[in-house]
Amino acid sequence: MSDDHHPQLGFIRKYVFSVDHKVIGIQYMLTAMCFMFFGLCLMSMMRWQLAYPGEVMPILGSLTETFMPGGIMLPEFYNALGAMHGTIMVFLAVVPILVGGFGNYVMPLQIGAPDMAFPKLNMMSYWVFAAGGVVMLVSFFVPGGAANSGWTSYAPLSVVATTGQTYWLIGMVLLITSSLLGSVNFIVTIVHLRVKGLTMFRLPFFVWAQLVTAFLLLLAFPPLEAAGLLQLMDRVAGTSFFMPEGLVVSGEVASYTGGGSPLLYQHLFWFLAHPEVYVLVLPAMGIVVEVLTNNTRKPLWGYRTIIYSTVFLGFMSFLVWAHHMFMTGMGTQLGAFFATTTMIISIPSVIILTAMVITLYNGSIRFNVPMLFALAFLPMFAIGGLTGLPLGLPASDIQLHDTYYVIGHFHYVVAPGTIFAIFAGIYYWFPKATGKQLNSMLGKLHFWLSFICINIAFAPMFWQGLAGVSRRLYDQTTYEHGKAVQELTKLSSYGVWLLALSQLPFILNFFASIFAGKKASANPWDATTIEWSAPSPPPHGNFAKVPVVHRGPYEYTVPGAAKNFLPQTEASEA
Amino acid sequence: MKAPSLCLLVILAFCALGEGTALAQVVPDIPDVEITGEYGPFLPTLASKDGGEVDQLISILHWFMAVLFVGWGIFFVYCLVRFRQREGHQAKYEPIKAKVSKYGEIAVAGFEVALLVGLSMPIWASVKNDRPTEADNPFRVRVIAEQFQWNFHYPGADGVFGKTGAEFVDTAENPAGIDPNDPGGQDDVVKGELHIPVDRPIIADLSSKDVIHSFFLPVMRVKQDTIPGMRIPVWFEATMTGIFEIACAQLCGNNHYSMKALMYVQSEQEVEDWIKKASIVEEFDEDDLD
Repeated sequence: MSDDHHPQLGFIRKYVFSVDHKVIGIQYMLTAMCFMFFGLCLMSMMRWQLAYPGEVMPILGSLTETFMPGGIMLPEFYNALGAMHGTIMVFLAVVPILVGGFGNYVMPLQIGAPDMAFPKLNMMSYWVFAAGGVVMLVSFFVPGGAANSGWTSYAPLSVVATTGQTYWLIGMVLLITSSLLGSVNFIVTIVHLRVKGLTMFRLPFFVWAQLVTAFLLLLAFPPLEAAGLLQLMDRVAGTSFFMPEGLVVSGEVASYTGGGSPLLYQHLFWFLAHPEVYVLVLPAMGIVVEVLTNNTRKPLWGYRTIIYSTVFLGFMSFLVWAHHMFMTGMGTQLGAFFATTTMIISIPSVIILTAMVITLYNGSIRFNVPMLFALAFLPMFAIGGLTGLPLGLPASDIQLHDTYYVIGHFHYVVAPGTIFAIFAGIYYWFPKATGKQLNSMLGKLHFWLSFICINIAFAPMFWQGLAGVSRRLYDQTTYEHGKAVQELTKLSSYGVWLLALSQLPFILNFFASIFAGKKASANPWDATTIEWSAPSPPPHGNFAKVPVVHRGPYEYTVPGAAKNFLPQTEASEA
Repeated sequence: MKAPSLCLLVILAFCALGEGTALAQVVPDIPDVEITGEYGPFLPTLASKDGGEVDQLISILHWFMAVLFVGWGIFFVYCLVRFRQREGHQAKYEPIKAKVSKYGEIAVAGFEVALLVGLSMPIWASVKNDRPTEADNPFRVRVIAEQFQWNFHYPGADGVFGKTGAEFVDTAENPAGIDPNDPGGQDDVVKGELHIPVDRPIIADLSSKDVIHSFFLPVMRVKQDTIPGMRIPVWFEATMTGIFEIACAQLCGNNHYSMKALMYVQSEQEVEDWIKKASIVEEFDEDDLD
């Protein structure tokens, strides 16, 4: 075994400060899943205030007397919950799961590598991420509470905001640093550590998605890191990068020298945050493709087309950022440019989705739990993508910008889209990581409950948005158009709470299966990619013998072959 | 690891020195009146001349989306049923030659181009470029946003806005910061209500005193961020009289949700009378109006 090169390690070196990509992957995964559940809890509290504005919150009402006096939430606490829900879900939950978790665990296995190219850097990126998470959590306990200027933290509001914002900025700088360390590691690993025979066009699509994602992180995050540091300086050192002159805040002439531009911050922010959307989506598509091909028992339709589309999508994602800013007073030329690039970027997305659906055609579809989640990804992502159209055209964006329509749109992309893909991935690779199978009855229960509840939660938002209800409102019944759709808001809240309860079968299944699950073989799904030729779970160093690759990643139902699937590592008989 | 952690400590020490401004909040006092128009789970009442184009685009887009989703969904469900794993059924290795998908994609792209060039761009161009000229006799007003109220600055009978400056701002007495020595500002009126004439172009110049707000008139299909340090114009023409709501659409702080104002769309005469009354009362007593 490969243990020759990896002597026995103590508990701390093996499970805490480990350099093994699999342990780091699992650390990322567990940390980020805790954050995801925490983010869901924050939202569950907000949904109470939205559904029953100004009423005493049951159960959690006595949680904090400072921010919920008498059990009634204060507006500043509502805003803090909103800002932290967004930040936590994007930067501490979904991206760390997709890249830190799945990327770390699966990608080296899929390219036949013994580990990442820089294992210590990998460990460092996890611990910097964890530090960022701690700073974010600590910020709830500083005077004034956590950051409350939205996950976008637009200046000048964020510059004059309470202390929590400073912690948010420090937390973000740490999280960004962690992502940058990780992305360099990913790129080098994918380029250099592929085993013999594994050419770029024999890579599983998941690895391609990780590669493009790593480039997006590497190129898009530095501007936000800069913006974060500049905003930090505006807050603590009295600079005016984002502060214009002549501000009168709270009746006092503000003591900023001025000369800065609030719009500069938005440009820097969205220059990251739009590619970030594709960081949230591409690895998810990668997971879906892996699960989809495995369970249709046929090759991926249009493998190269999907890869070219993904690379193009990655490139284009740097040219659309200002479609988030149509309402800032943008003129016709810029508006036309960003609307055009936005329409262009929709084309590769349509191509990728179409290729996935055509893959189903002529397949032999197995409806196991990972496949159910992967299949649900397709229509949910389609809704998310289609509803992006009216937001991407400046003229229709006038009415819909910053309304619940936007919330519905990106949640369909990220929640029933990406998060369902995450669940597909968890159910799919769980046997590899633990050597145990998840219970499929509980899995199906989890799927159907989540699928129904998540739609109850998000579908009403489109109608709310059309009605004109703005996002980030502590109490929408202030407005006539808000009162008119208050019942929809309640419906959506019930969806969120039921969705939270629907995760119980999953949590139960997850822990029970680790200890008492059915034992899984090395390749329980009859899959072809390289990770399934390693033992379950793979030892430190992964492969007993360095694998050699003979073919592409999705050779299912090959005519004339002895069995239904041909693993990449198996020498062909012919 | 020493240097970075030291840096962090220094920064944290900075923070501990404390900023955290306590905000003196202004919450507007809105009279409880009946709001005109119908509101529900679709677009609200349309009360402006050009808003119909926006509605039309939104409606075309949704039909397009529905057709795509349903067509695509039928194929999806068909595949799931037709190609489910079962006894005697096997997957086919050879990829299908799907010309249909290529044509479908080209059609989608073509339709998007048509929407973009044919509808969105012209509407956006008219929203941004077709500013009413002096010949159109526009009604002018300045909108000054602050946490958490809207101030409307009317030029008064002389039609001239007084000079303004941050140093003159007094939240209660002079929210717009009008220079008291400027003769042009003597008859100016600054109120928390927007009164505009029906069937006449309105030009509103938007600015903000503190943070970014967004001036949103749902019934007019008008939305524009107010950016501190910038003055950004919007224009529209109301087609029906009534009382409508003005909303803030950009998170601007704790009481963002209550940053509401009322817009009275009235006849030319009623608006003139109201401004006159407001400017006379202002000379004697601020709070006597209404």
